Amino acid sequence: MTDLEQDNFQPWFYSDIVREHFFHPQNFLDHEIKIDEYNAMGRAGSPACGDELRVWLWVDGDDERIKKFYWQTFGCASAIAATSMTSVIATQENGMTLGEARCLTPRQIMESLGGLPTRKIHCSVLSDKALRDAVNDYYRRTQQFDKIEPEATRVIDPIARVTDKDIEEAVLSGAKSIDEVAQKTKVHLSDPRVGQEVAQLVRFYLEKYQ
Amino acid sequence: MKKREIYLDYAATTPTDPRVLEVMVDVERRGLGNPSSMHMKGKYARDIIEVSRSTVAQTLGAHPDEIIFTGSGTESDNLAIQGIARVHKTHGKHIISCVTEHPAVLETLMHLKERLGFEITLLEVDEHGCVTADQVMKAIREDTILVSIMYANNEIGTIHPIAEIGRALDKYRKEHQTAYPFFHSDACQALGALDMNVEKLHVDLLTINSSKIYGPKGVGALFVRRGVKITSIQFGGEQEKRLRPGTENTAGIAGFAKAVELSLECQKKEVKRLTKLRDYFIKHVLKQIPNARLNGHPKDRLPNNVNISFLGVEGEALLLYLDAQGIFASSGSACTSQKLDPSHVIMALGVSHIVAHGSLRFTLGRWTKKKDLKFVLEVLPEIVTLLRSMSPINVDKS
Repeated sequence: MTDLEQDNFQPWFYSDIVREHFFHPQNFLDHEIKIDEYNAMGRAGSPACGDELRVWLWVDGDDERIKKFYWQTFGCASAIAATSMTSVIATQENGMTLGEARCLTPRQIMESLGGLPTRKIHCSVLSDKALRDAVNDYYRRTQQFDKIEPEATRVIDPIARVTDKDIEEAVLSGAKSIDEVAQKTKVHLSDPRVGQEVAQLVRFYLEKYQ
Repeated sequence: MKKREIYLDYAATTPTDPRVLEVMVDVERRGLGNPSSMHMKGKYARDIIEVSRSTVAQTLGAHPDEIIFTGSGTESDNLAIQGIARVHKTHGKHIISCVTEHPAVLETLMHLKERLGFEITLLEVDEHGCVTADQVMKAIREDTILVSIMYANNEIGTIHPIAEIGRALDKYRKEHQTAYPFFHSDACQALGALDMNVEKLHVDLLTINSSKIYGPKGVGALFVRRGVKITSIQFGGEQEKRLRPGTENTAGIAGFAKAVELSLECQKKEVKRLTKLRDYFIKHVLKQIPNARLNGHPKDRLPNNVNISFLGVEGEALLLYLDAQGIFASSGSACTSQKLDPSHVIMALGVSHIVAHGSLRFTLGRWTKKKDLKFVLEVLPEIVTLLRSMSPINVDKS
């Protein structure tokens, strides 16, 4: 018979680490959060993309390290696992400093998960964004306004130099489809990686502003 | 001990019935020739195909020469729509269909629109996913050459009034003394569950498929009424009246015919049994799990289809928790689709993204027992509760 009947059949779409975090998620908020349980909150995503993520941090006022990381997500297996993994990374060994937390990339999270299917990367790893949002919120609450770093724009198409902000602008100025956005921004849809990113951003902004 | 397996994804595909498998193995063992060959081995294969053709034709109340064997339901849809469009475009370039059709129809229509300048009217559906004959008739123009409406929807199970639409079109053609528009229906999900008589349905073209009725994958058929002219969309052989060139899949076709025979044999009993199971399951899921909604028509739905949205939960996560329990279902969530778009069918019902993302489809079949559904009812509420506790979307407030 085929090899699929043997031990080498992998019945699971994701890596074993994703499986572990999906079925045993760490640090998710299973109760109504109390005001003294957190001193920073962040969010990312949109239900339109299938994901909505909120995180609550407890940052130690003395060393400004993350001691607690609670989260909730409306997302698929990889979104749940990625957030769970981020909460573990951020709080292990005395906790990340806020500077370290800001530098955490989707790639690092993805690698700690033993990889993710390509089409899932962009949409399911939102926890780094939510974490940066929370870091800003901490500085806002502690009135360290000079330390707040607004989300930088990201170049989506390196040839046409189109950023996510350009795509947001295009949607705000009335573009209703990927093609209309491409007309306005001259983004190169022929590059499949660019095309995929553009498609997701367009959907995200359409949902946000409709 | 064998791990528990509860297959509830019969609308995706049905497992092949062992009796079908037997027929196919028997055909292959005989070492048949090419059905186009003149020798005895070829003639034998030809005979198997023609007997199979008669069986399929009989089920539809059609003539054997009205049946074209293809490679799948998708192929049949392509052949029907493109086949009509290419011949009759001189008469008109307008086609009517509906927003909840299968991609095999929708994407073929988009191709005609974008590449060949056709105009496509996609009828909207009501909150149950239904179109009416009235809607179809209102959309007809002088240049309409084809109406293509699915018999029953693959995701939400809603049944369309095909016979009524067919009769209305017949009347229109008589009154206007025209042959147009032709009427095609994709009946892949309906075969084995609903009345398939092409005379009663008043269809000119009908798509059916083997892999949804416990037959092999890779075989479909298209009914083309005598006198309706379509043209080939692929080239290179005399097979199937040149409409589907390529050496025939003799064993597959024989298996398809056997599958048709078997499903007809038990259709009445099976429809009754499945309808009962379906209603039992829907009733208990909705009773046990708050903030859940049934998608599709409450009554006019396929006997084996259950599609329910669990608000605030994402479908893929639900699906995989069920998978871990040996329960196999399907979801309209964006995360389970290759394009990462939520189901166009559920979105067409006029609901929010949250409803589409939380939708779960259970489709029952020949080997589904009540105790299987009981087990699902035992584990599903806990899974929904767990995932809801992880979700920031508060369904009680929305």
